[in-house]
Amino acid sequence: MTALPPATPRKLGLVIDLDTCVGCHACVISCKGWNTENYGAPLSDQRPYGEDPSGTFLNRVHSYEVQPLATSAAPHPAAQLVHFPKSCLHCEDAPCVTVCPTGASYKRAEDGIVLVNESDCIGCGLCAWACPYGAREMDAEEGVMKKCTLCVDRIYNENLPEIDRVPTCVRTCPAGARHFGDFNDPDSGVSTLTAARGGFDLMPEQGTRPVNKYLPPRPRDTLDAAPQTDILAPFLDTPLDEPQGFVAWLDRALSKV
Amino acid sequence: MHPAPSVIVFTTLSGLGFGLLFWLGAGLITPTGWAGFAFFAIAYILAVGGLLASTFHLGHPERALKAFTQWRTSWLSREGCAAVSALVIMALYGAGLIFLDARWAPLGWLGAALSLGVTFTTSMIYAQMRTIPRWRTWLTPALLLAISLAGGALLAGRITLAIALLTIAALFQIAWWVRGDGALSRSGTDLKTATGLGPIGAPRAFEPPHTGTNYLLREFVHVVGRRHAQKLRIIALVLGYVLPVMLLGLPGGHLTAGLAVLSHIAGIAASRWLFFAEAEHVVGLYYGKRHA
Repeated sequence: MTALPPATPRKLGLVIDLDTCVGCHACVISCKGWNTENYGAPLSDQRPYGEDPSGTFLNRVHSYEVQPLATSAAPHPAAQLVHFPKSCLHCEDAPCVTVCPTGASYKRAEDGIVLVNESDCIGCGLCAWACPYGAREMDAEEGVMKKCTLCVDRIYNENLPEIDRVPTCVRTCPAGARHFGDFNDPDSGVSTLTAARGGFDLMPEQGTRPVNKYLPPRPRDTLDAAPQTDILAPFLDTPLDEPQGFVAWLDRALSKV
Repeated sequence: MHPAPSVIVFTTLSGLGFGLLFWLGAGLITPTGWAGFAFFAIAYILAVGGLLASTFHLGHPERALKAFTQWRTSWLSREGCAAVSALVIMALYGAGLIFLDARWAPLGWLGAALSLGVTFTTSMIYAQMRTIPRWRTWLTPALLLAISLAGGALLAGRITLAIALLTIAALFQIAWWVRGDGALSRSGTDLKTATGLGPIGAPRAFEPPHTGTNYLLREFVHVVGRRHAQKLRIIALVLGYVLPVMLLGLPGGHLTAGLAVLSHIAGIAASRWLFFAEAEHVVGLYYGKRHA
């Protein structure tokens, strides 16, 4: 049923720390691996080694450059490079769910995960049109819509050791930039992180009320803020100011021409 | 948005077909016998042909029956329900006219309302999209309904009505274009809100997540040159509205009327191509492809 549940007892989602992400794309690869080998249709590739390769991914890492505004403390702030992982935000007002004509797209009443029932999907693509984040991709091989399942086949999977019962992107991240938990529990890791670091929504004006939160990058250290001490300077020779010998003659001769 | 030929053909032809069905059901013309058969055949070929074309872009058309279940929430599902009920009701009404020389007026009115409903639900599929600011306006249903009614009147051979409705549709078309050109920048969605990095400064897309293309880029990030678009707008306006009105003013019976219909279809197809090609989906912001 494509009506959204009024509220869910649990609100599972991710916190993504833009301060910590190093842009290694390990989450992209582990997501592709897990979701190709487990629940649902595999994430296919088209011409992976040929011309114009393309493929289905549920998680992608963009990179942005942002130029902080100058302040009196930092008159010439350096530009910051921000790596920006993006996957389904499991929105509370998920527009992708209500547009689905078949009921294949749904938001789980128990934990708020947005899923696609692939055997009901007609592959019309309307849910991807409705998503402002580009979180849904039509698989070119299967003709059905693929999206992040929050690794629903891991997080409740009692065959896995407890440490592995988190989404594979979270488990894989070597920088600890991705966190998984219940946003309805005010004491959960994701709730406290969001509160402490000022976690924000992407495109709040779209009215989707995303569950996933992003933590802002911290301001970078600035070299001109502290008095500079160049510890190498005493050990370096003073560079030559005036050319000598043959070079000096060449310099003089060329200056006259 | 990718201007998929199947969807352009569908919305153009079905709009025309259901427009004619509306006027048939409303009783503007009540052709009986062979004349009735001709009118209903044209309307059904256009409406059903368009609907069939729309299934070509589905990944799994064999599951299409499931699309009738979610009419409570989904405009696409409502469109399917409206289309099937309009076609069934109008078939009964048409059978009365063609075979029994009988006009069951209430049935016709119901069919007319449902035919109008098909175009309205189609337009709401687009107008509901907050992700595509150019479409999200009451002008979208107004435009598509005006085009459908004008095209229907044109096919019904009601010249004065067709000229009036084509003029109204042309005005809606121009208003829709003018409003649409600033829609993305007015929507408040830009790379700052998309990334949440706005409070730090102005973000710039530095490196995309992938070197090749993908579904998102193919489907949503179709960039059409502004000069190219302006030329096509003029072509759409002239072929879709101006030329048909001029041809209808000439004496010439079926020949000029036929030319007017063909010109109208070509112009509306061009307009519909632009409807998709110019539509900026906000996901393009993430790829640095939009300059709002």
